[in-house]
Amino acid sequence: MSASPLQRNASGLALGLAMATSTLFASATQAQTLDIGVMGELASFDTSQVAGGVWESQVLMDVYEGLFKLAPDGELLPGMATDYQVSEDGRTYTFQLRDDARWSDGEPVTAEDFVTGWRHLLKPRNASKYAYMLYPVVNAEAVNRGDMPPEKLGVEALDEGRTLRVELEHSTPYFPQLLTHYTAYPLPTHLLEEHGSDWVDLEHIATNGAFTPVEWVSQSRISVEPNSQYYDAEQVSLERVNYHTSEDRNAALSRFRAGELDIVREYASERYQWLKENLPEATRMAPYLGSYYYVFNHRDGHPTSDARVREALSLAIRRKVLAEQLMQGTFEPAHAFVPPGVNHYEGLDEAPTAGKLEARMARARKLLQEAGYGPDNPLQLRLRYNSSEEHKRIAVAIAAMWRPLGVEVDLINAEATVHYQTIAEGDFDVARAGWVADYNDAENFLTLLKSGVGNNYGAYANPAFDALLEKAARTQDADARQALLEEAETLAMQDHAVAPLLYYVSRNLVNPALKGWQNNIEDDHPSRWISFEE
Amino acid sequence: MLNYIAKRLAMAIPTLWIVITLSFFLMRIAPGGPFDGERQLPPEIEANLMAAYHLDEPLWMQYLRYMGNLLQGDFGPSFKYKDFSVTELIMQGFPVSLELGALAIGLALLLGLPMGVMAALKRNTALDYSLMGVALGGIAIPNFVIAPLMALFFGVILGWLPVGGWNGGALPNLVLPVVALAIQQIAYVARMMRASMIEVLGSHYIRTARAKGLQEYEVILRHALRPAMLPVLSYLGPAIAGIITGSVVIEQIFGLPGIGRYFVQGALNRDYTLVMGTVVFYGVLIVLMNLIVDLLYSLFDPQIRYDD
Repeated sequence: MSASPLQRNASGLALGLAMATSTLFASATQAQTLDIGVMGELASFDTSQVAGGVWESQVLMDVYEGLFKLAPDGELLPGMATDYQVSEDGRTYTFQLRDDARWSDGEPVTAEDFVTGWRHLLKPRNASKYAYMLYPVVNAEAVNRGDMPPEKLGVEALDEGRTLRVELEHSTPYFPQLLTHYTAYPLPTHLLEEHGSDWVDLEHIATNGAFTPVEWVSQSRISVEPNSQYYDAEQVSLERVNYHTSEDRNAALSRFRAGELDIVREYASERYQWLKENLPEATRMAPYLGSYYYVFNHRDGHPTSDARVREALSLAIRRKVLAEQLMQGTFEPAHAFVPPGVNHYEGLDEAPTAGKLEARMARARKLLQEAGYGPDNPLQLRLRYNSSEEHKRIAVAIAAMWRPLGVEVDLINAEATVHYQTIAEGDFDVARAGWVADYNDAENFLTLLKSGVGNNYGAYANPAFDALLEKAARTQDADARQALLEEAETLAMQDHAVAPLLYYVSRNLVNPALKGWQNNIEDDHPSRWISFEE
Repeated sequence: MLNYIAKRLAMAIPTLWIVITLSFFLMRIAPGGPFDGERQLPPEIEANLMAAYHLDEPLWMQYLRYMGNLLQGDFGPSFKYKDFSVTELIMQGFPVSLELGALAIGLALLLGLPMGVMAALKRNTALDYSLMGVALGGIAIPNFVIAPLMALFFGVILGWLPVGGWNGGALPNLVLPVVALAIQQIAYVARMMRASMIEVLGSHYIRTARAKGLQEYEVILRHALRPAMLPVLSYLGPAIAGIITGSVVIEQIFGLPGIGRYFVQGALNRDYTLVMGTVVFYGVLIVLMNLIVDLLYSLFDPQIRYDD
């Protein structure tokens, strides 16, 4: 806890809220301890066992460092690698590792540690959920299937561990971006050999990032302290970082207001207006790499397998109303699948769902009529969403927007586990889904619409779309690749493969006394850049 | 007495076995699995996960494996919290929930019993109505309403107490969650105590005691209080078991590392081993608490004896 000014300053109810907010950020001169409220708990310090929560990468990026690291604005900086070369065909990456990189126990970080980490991730018995992140590496998928031994993975340590060479299946322009993901972190070979799976116990663990874990009270808090062996240790000004598990977002807000937390990673969207008025300096909102959309079921026998029905439904959705009125500005209206701000990507020139409401509704009516729906034969749909107040409000509003078209909607909600299982089985007409990018590249979104992909819940299948993605994957020239991806997205949007609804934004509360926090599209904020103003 | 205890414990074994077996199969029948989520996993990764947790085996084999491990005191690994075993999670969280729960029950008895007795003695007076009105409020207002309000008022606005966090169980961190947990219990205890006290006060032996010319306080303390506490005692058994196994609401609102949230999170995540672990743990506690309550009966009611 850096500052609890409110606890000390306010002395009575009469002073009320005005006092509370004005004194909240008064001072921050206590010990440089950063208290962050995160929405869930880390699954493991073993990066192969991580469950995929956004909050997990916050802790992991503070204690580990990959070949690249992230700047405060989200840009890539050299991390464990000081330099790298890419072969002409884009399939071989050679990284030179820094000489002064050390694990927190003093052992040097070598290329062998990367080899160990990546093989560990892909070994079938380690059952890593995110192993597929490294599938661009030669033989990674076969190793993960158990068809090849881990030694066959296309990664090797050269020059006595100072050089790492990676062979890719095919050119992967976003590979450097991928390398900031925790699945690409190194693991301490010497500890894995010495302690086996117990290497991750806090008494044994060593990390190579700016911080190293010192305490973990399950469901309460993880604490890390600076890693004295870190090559840039002198630049790290915090003395401790505590990650507090705070699933209840309103409770996290109270703790922030009381000065117990300096940062809250995600405040409740319904509190945005209140926060904007009462804690304007602390309330952050920024574009984010996330898309909130409705899946149309393209399987035979569903009304949404008819392109005219999909277009009509998508045209009738008033996205601005959803974003601005229903969600009070905590989302951006979306007319395309790939959110704006993605690296090397422009997006659609003209969205089919934009335009005047009257014209859209007239066209929607005409399309439904052509598809054979009308007062005598109303279109009946089953709309599924995962239980949450937010999703419910959106679903109810969209059902109301479709009513003037004579569409009758049966709203069905289920907890997330059941919801996703059900829609994966294809038991729906329209279903809510969302995607937050694993890495900053349009491909990560567009793959969701590729035929045969598990996350393509609606079973959209267009060979032309698939061919464009395949071609983009083999294209090295960044501009040509961008053009192919944009063409693919345009095609999918013309097909109304899905109905994009909203773009996510990141919502953070940040004590204004903190320096070094910058909004960025990945919403990644390594603590090593953060300090308290003197 | 020892015979009785041994018999009760022996009877608990089939009860627990039924609870465990039912929970095991009900959990597996529930739609969705531990690895279903927003992201569909590639088939080979799902296969790796199923194999790692033996979920690819036939159900009866999984059941036998689970029971075998359980008999050796091994609850298995959590599917979600990979760096802890279920036993470690329970052992780390239980002392927190126990401390909070014990303090809350203590507070409930300390305030609830005198409130109930006073209300019974001053039956149908303003004091009775106001005490029971307050108690009714305590029952009616759920703790997910009262707890955030208390946190807001005493933590954010007045700044007297921390809003959340455990801090090793420091006293200031305990106050709000204990009070929030206790409010409902105080209300239950007070209302129950009032009702049973009124009943006891109308009984023959109290009339006899009064006829002997005993002072009123002697009548209450020596003759009425103990029998009047019997219904409260029966209530306390399961109530204590419930309260010391944590409250998901209180733990989430105050950010406490108890085991209450494991019940809910385990179920939502389909973390089979964690759910089973908490169910077994809770089952054992319920059995033990009921036994303790039954044994205490003999202290409070001379008519109850377990000797024969």
